[in-house]
Amino acid sequence: MTDLVTGIARTSPHHTHGRQASCCDHHHAPTLGPLDQTALIGARGLSVVRDGRRLIDNVDIDVHEREIVTVIGPNGAGKTTLVKALMSLLPADAGELHKRPGLRIGYVPQRFDVERALPMTVERFLILGDRRHRAKVAGVLAEVGAEQIASRQLAELSGGELQRVALARALIGNPQLLVLDEPVSGVDYTGEAELYDLIGRLRDHRGLGVLLVSHDLHVVMASSDRVVCLSRHVCCSGVPETVAGHPEYVQLFGPEAARAFGLYLHHHDHRHDLAGAERPPAPGGNQ
Amino acid sequence: MMDPFLVRAVAATAGLAIVAAPLGAVVVWSRMAYFGETIAEASLLGVALALAMNASVTAGVLAAALAAAALIVFLSRQPSVPLDSVLGLMHYGTLAAGIVATSALGGPPVDLMGYLFGDVLAVTGTDLAMIFGGGAFVLAAVWHLWEPLLRLAVHDELAAAEGVSPERVRGLFVVLLAVVIAFAVKIAGILLAVAFLVVPVAAARPWSSSPERMVGLATVVGLASSLAGLWLSFRCDVPAGPAIVLVMSVLAGVSLAVK
Repeated sequence: MTDLVTGIARTSPHHTHGRQASCCDHHHAPTLGPLDQTALIGARGLSVVRDGRRLIDNVDIDVHEREIVTVIGPNGAGKTTLVKALMSLLPADAGELHKRPGLRIGYVPQRFDVERALPMTVERFLILGDRRHRAKVAGVLAEVGAEQIASRQLAELSGGELQRVALARALIGNPQLLVLDEPVSGVDYTGEAELYDLIGRLRDHRGLGVLLVSHDLHVVMASSDRVVCLSRHVCCSGVPETVAGHPEYVQLFGPEAARAFGLYLHHHDHRHDLAGAERPPAPGGNQ
Repeated sequence: MMDPFLVRAVAATAGLAIVAAPLGAVVVWSRMAYFGETIAEASLLGVALALAMNASVTAGVLAAALAAAALIVFLSRQPSVPLDSVLGLMHYGTLAAGIVATSALGGPPVDLMGYLFGDVLAVTGTDLAMIFGGGAFVLAAVWHLWEPLLRLAVHDELAAAEGVSPERVRGLFVVLLAVVIAFAVKIAGILLAVAFLVVPVAAARPWSSSPERMVGLATVVGLASSLAGLWLSFRCDVPAGPAIVLVMSVLAGVSLAVK
């Protein structure tokens, strides 16, 4: 299903050039070619304008099965806007969207604060809206490492426990695509690393595509197959190693970030080309 | 044998307590108490207009409550002023307009105290029929909307992403809320109406492990406070609406203090 939302003529990137954030002096946003019909979800030239401000501009992105795509960028870069526009929660002002027909999306929102005045157990929350999920409660809680908390009150949970419960809710509908908007906000550093490991395992076991939004750097990049660096438009994108060495990434996050990143590299059993497609293993670092 | 007006007062407050509990719970969970307050205060304008046009006061209050709710929803969509400022503006604006209108529109002399603090002993058979008929409709509608309302209360963005339409569900809820506030204004008055919705729910919170249990306990607190408040009103010759709200508030205070 490809629906054309283009109603407004797509503006040239150069029109907005002067108003860009500190990020990019050059506008050579990578383009991905025509919409990839094999992707779970994708967009070409996606733009969202609010009150005359261009929140995201001419963004190309794809997420495939078994692929972790991380959108990274400073505050105000339009990361959440991009995610919401991709899920059709916000109307896009220009661009093309692709969503695999019948795609099931599990969504973990940015701030998962629950209203403390509302008494509700974890189990009740997980089956809210569909009681047929009751049989799956224990399974998804075990999957996110929170098997003990089914009967606890939501209001009593720590930030890390709440994140796991939010993830369990996203999984209970058996999604093909997991969308996580800054999943580690309110979680300490160890919890953060664990959460990314967990997301990696979910991808492996369930074959999920994962679209991850983050403003922090190292661990995220190491666990991603592809990184899209966003500052309203796509500054650069590709495998983590490539993005980390990219001049615009360095400019956006500082040379420290690029150097520190090297410490966190995983040992991949495969490599990627610039578009993220897999290549046979080739020892010896970056391409 | 109780006087008929006393029987009507007991029936009306009991009916209101039952309808108010589920709506009040959603109001508390969704942080809409100030929203409700603003709707209630707009209803004085409805009273004034109804008296000037020689129409039914209950109908005037209902119309004013619905109009205020619609106006708030409309104004909340404009981006330049935040919702609480919109509510503040309407809250004072409509109350002032109502008080000015009661004296300027030249209707019959208005018992302002009766409208501000309620007059449960003046409840007529027609009022009672409206409270029970309308209340049954409201309960059925809330029952139907319950799961989507809970999902929006837990996390509205998540619910929206999962396919719940916040505009549709909240829009319908606001209409139901305006109806119940119009009833509550009749019994507890413009200034105390929202207490009928919110205070029993607050009393129930510490003892509740599920949303439904909270509604059940709030119903019990509302019913008990209504009976105790009416009794107090007769024994001590004090106004009934404030007496009921006082009992509720004491129960809520004790409940929150001991747990």
